[in-house]
Amino acid sequence: MAIAESQLAGKAGPLTRTQIAQILFILAVFTAIIKPMLPNIFVRIPVDLILPYDIWLQTVFDFIKDDLGLLTLTRGISSVLEWLLDITANLLYGKRRWPNIGPVPWIAVAAVAAVIGYWLKGWKMALLAGGTFVWVALIGQWKLAMQTMSVIAVAAPMAFFIGLLLGICAWKYKRFERIIMPVLSILQTLPFFTYLLPAVIFFKVGPTAGCIATIVYAIPPMVLMTSLGLKKVSAEVIEAGHMSGSTRWQMLRYVYLPAARTEILVGVNQVIMLCLAMVVLTAFIGMPGLGAKLLSLMNSLKLGRSFEIGITIVLIAVMLDRLSKAWVVKQPEHFERGTSWFARHKILILGIIVFVASIILAQFVQVADHITRKQDLSMGKDIDNVIRTVLANDIVTGVTDWLRWFLITWILIPFRDALLWLPTGSVILGIAAFGYFVGGRKSAFIVVLFFGAIAMTGWWDRSMITLYAVISSVILATLIGIPLGIAAARNPKWSEPILLICDTAQTFPSFIYLIPAIMLFSVNDVAVVFAILIFATVPLMRYTIEGIRAVPSELLEAADMAGATRNQKLINVQLPLALPTMAVGFNQAIMFAFFMVIIAAFIGTQDLGQELQKTLAGNNLGKNFVLGMCVALMALTFDHIIMRWSNERRKALGVG
Amino acid sequence: MSDINPVISCKNVWKLFGGNAEKYLASIQEGQSFEQIRQAGYIAAVRNVSLDIARGEMLVIMGLSGSGKSTLVRCLSRLIDITGGEVNVDGQNIMDLSEKELIDLRRKKMGMVFQSFGLLPHRTVLENVAFPLEMRGQDRHDRRERAMEVIKLVGLEGREEYFPRELSGGQQQRVGIARSLAIEPDIWFLDEPFSALDPLIRREMQDEFLRLQEMLGKTIVFITHDFDEALRLADRIAIMKDGAVEQCDTPDKIVLSPATEYVAKFTEDIEKSRVIHAGVLTKPINGYKLEGSSIASDSTILQLSRQLISDERDVLPVANKDGVLIGGMNRQEALNILLGDS
Repeated sequence: MAIAESQLAGKAGPLTRTQIAQILFILAVFTAIIKPMLPNIFVRIPVDLILPYDIWLQTVFDFIKDDLGLLTLTRGISSVLEWLLDITANLLYGKRRWPNIGPVPWIAVAAVAAVIGYWLKGWKMALLAGGTFVWVALIGQWKLAMQTMSVIAVAAPMAFFIGLLLGICAWKYKRFERIIMPVLSILQTLPFFTYLLPAVIFFKVGPTAGCIATIVYAIPPMVLMTSLGLKKVSAEVIEAGHMSGSTRWQMLRYVYLPAARTEILVGVNQVIMLCLAMVVLTAFIGMPGLGAKLLSLMNSLKLGRSFEIGITIVLIAVMLDRLSKAWVVKQPEHFERGTSWFARHKILILGIIVFVASIILAQFVQVADHITRKQDLSMGKDIDNVIRTVLANDIVTGVTDWLRWFLITWILIPFRDALLWLPTGSVILGIAAFGYFVGGRKSAFIVVLFFGAIAMTGWWDRSMITLYAVISSVILATLIGIPLGIAAARNPKWSEPILLICDTAQTFPSFIYLIPAIMLFSVNDVAVVFAILIFATVPLMRYTIEGIRAVPSELLEAADMAGATRNQKLINVQLPLALPTMAVGFNQAIMFAFFMVIIAAFIGTQDLGQELQKTLAGNNLGKNFVLGMCVALMALTFDHIIMRWSNERRKALGVG
Repeated sequence: MSDINPVISCKNVWKLFGGNAEKYLASIQEGQSFEQIRQAGYIAAVRNVSLDIARGEMLVIMGLSGSGKSTLVRCLSRLIDITGGEVNVDGQNIMDLSEKELIDLRRKKMGMVFQSFGLLPHRTVLENVAFPLEMRGQDRHDRRERAMEVIKLVGLEGREEYFPRELSGGQQQRVGIARSLAIEPDIWFLDEPFSALDPLIRREMQDEFLRLQEMLGKTIVFITHDFDEALRLADRIAIMKDGAVEQCDTPDKIVLSPATEYVAKFTEDIEKSRVIHAGVLTKPINGYKLEGSSIASDSTILQLSRQLISDERDVLPVANKDGVLIGGMNRQEALNILLGDS
């Protein structure tokens, strides 16, 4: 396929695609070498040529906000949301608002969670669900966790309904789909700070803004999964619906939506996980809860308690993920005719009984109702001491100090300086060469457009610093993740548990990854790179294992019969076939890195993230958006090139 | 079968896939071949098909995959809009129906069975069978009762609370059949209903199907790619190739005198004596006097083989179902068919 296309391209012009790409690349290198002789405009866009996007955008935003009266509308929405949030807040942690009946005792929440877990997947799930809440209560973080949960309880259903509706529209109306899909991919690459500021400006500070940002952030996968699921409904099921004389509404309600159940529930799982990830990050706009506490603890380097909160967040993430995934695979069970109502609904009845029983218990036993500061089992100080002694150990400090010194002096600083030294034009030419090589003229055009736009904003240097952090950590992650992935894939005994670990690690909110990074390297560039590194290694490993395992067994048998050694088999059969899948992992690693590098702003980076965080203090929406778009455009460039390559490769191999 | 007005009648039906197919169809002459149309950038799924299907008749549409048989049956039920021609159901052109009228027609008159069953995975057997009744707004009690009746009819009693995934392929197709019969349709479309089943189950389901048909006497359009199945079930067979009907006739005639080379190729390996009935070989007696016992016109040559060999008469008298003498069959001709050297 790739060959055929390059031949086609060759017919169109005198040069093949690869040759043009090579020429572009040589030009890029050449211009970099003769930098001193280049005109200024090629090295950096001069200040007076930079377009004041931020001011234009600010004008547009102000116009929409004040003159079109959007603010009135959004404030209206936020009062509705606030009402909902007050209800969940009252129920979960006893905020003094209507309906004034909360808080529900922790033991009741834990008991109901256990029953739900049991219903979905038996005892183990009951233990996980109930146990998580017991841990949260005993460690003394109940109120924090419930502040976080109260926002999720509102945001997740809202994101679900909006996403479902948009998904149905995207599936029903081609034109709408064509408009919304690019918007969704931009939304998915925008740094979260760009969600936060508009939320603050339009929807007040605090839970409401946090909730809005969370909803917007969680919608895209729901839209994608819904329209995907609806498209996948089998033709015969649709025809059966038509032949049964269904009207359009009946088709949607009784045929399409139930038949797309699996995809829709996968969407629900993703909505919940993204809600959790975002709600933790809303700490940056003053949302109280686990995230805010973690942020302040990490700022004051209270590692022990950070560690405990980290465990809480991880447990909640794993629980929500497992429960919602169990719901995806749960199939309805049939009851024999004549089964009584009580027998059919025994789990529901059990749930009600344990709920009522625990509430009654909580009336008499104080510990079952809430756990006071003195009763909790938090050992923050002791863990703090342990961590400090371990970290103060000569071997550990020796290793980390050396690593820090080595990485900073020999890799990070030189690489960053090189990127900053390179003329803008050379970087764009280099990127264009990649684009041309992978996707021909159209891809080259797209990537030049994206990077050109970044250059025109005047934030080029900051963007390069962001890019440097992303590239260096993803390269390190590749060096670690891919060999590990290959090793794991070759041993079936290892691949299962490692895949499970990767899956679990991917559900953690990204914030968590900063905890060990800060513990080991304190606050500097290496900590940032290290945090991105572990965060990005996970998808790399996972897709490497999955790619290698997906190689059809006949091919392996054929290679065996051809007398290939293990290494020959790996290099000639498994890796070539796994590469397209591995590229998807690589892409995800880069996307994760762009996400993480922005979060790392709060430990003092000098890139776009830092600037973005600064905008949160004011109300400069224009600048915030321009910075966000710089990040999104870089991410989209990588996304476009890598996914394009992966898809072409897949087609060429005739898989998927 | 004696009804003069056909239940379904299609005239010069065309279905082309491709942009602006109607305009293209108007521009071409008759007799364009499949290849010529393809070169113009269109796929001719159904090409100038005219068929009449009488009340109570079982028409089997036979063809290899890609011959357009599935598309044709979807044109008859308007799951697909046709590009040209006319499809009349009970004298009503179904292309003229509004969405509401079409839904009404399907709710009252049509049932369809699908190759991969097309069951709704989230509904129990009972709920699947009751689905068409629910769609037309029948009340809960009524539809339950009716659904139970058909479930009994297809022999799935006791499984009504199961989900499709808990059933075997054959059982799932019984659910599909039950669902298509729930509204008591006049017209029954079956799109390769047994193709996804194992050979043994397939045979069993064919018997079951014949039993149901004898009991219900519906007008049936049955699709298959299996010639044996077609011969076994059909009143008439329409053989399709590249979207066009090559021949539409009774099984005997198709085997005895294939209209085209393509049809002949199908019939080549068929044991003709198993298909051809005595009645087909019967000729008027024209005063010639026949003696002795007569044979039944609806018995196959194979069934008569013993008698054909042992009997010494040149011409055997043939009687119809009511025992009335209708003519004579040349014994040598029948023997030739039996021995395969006709």
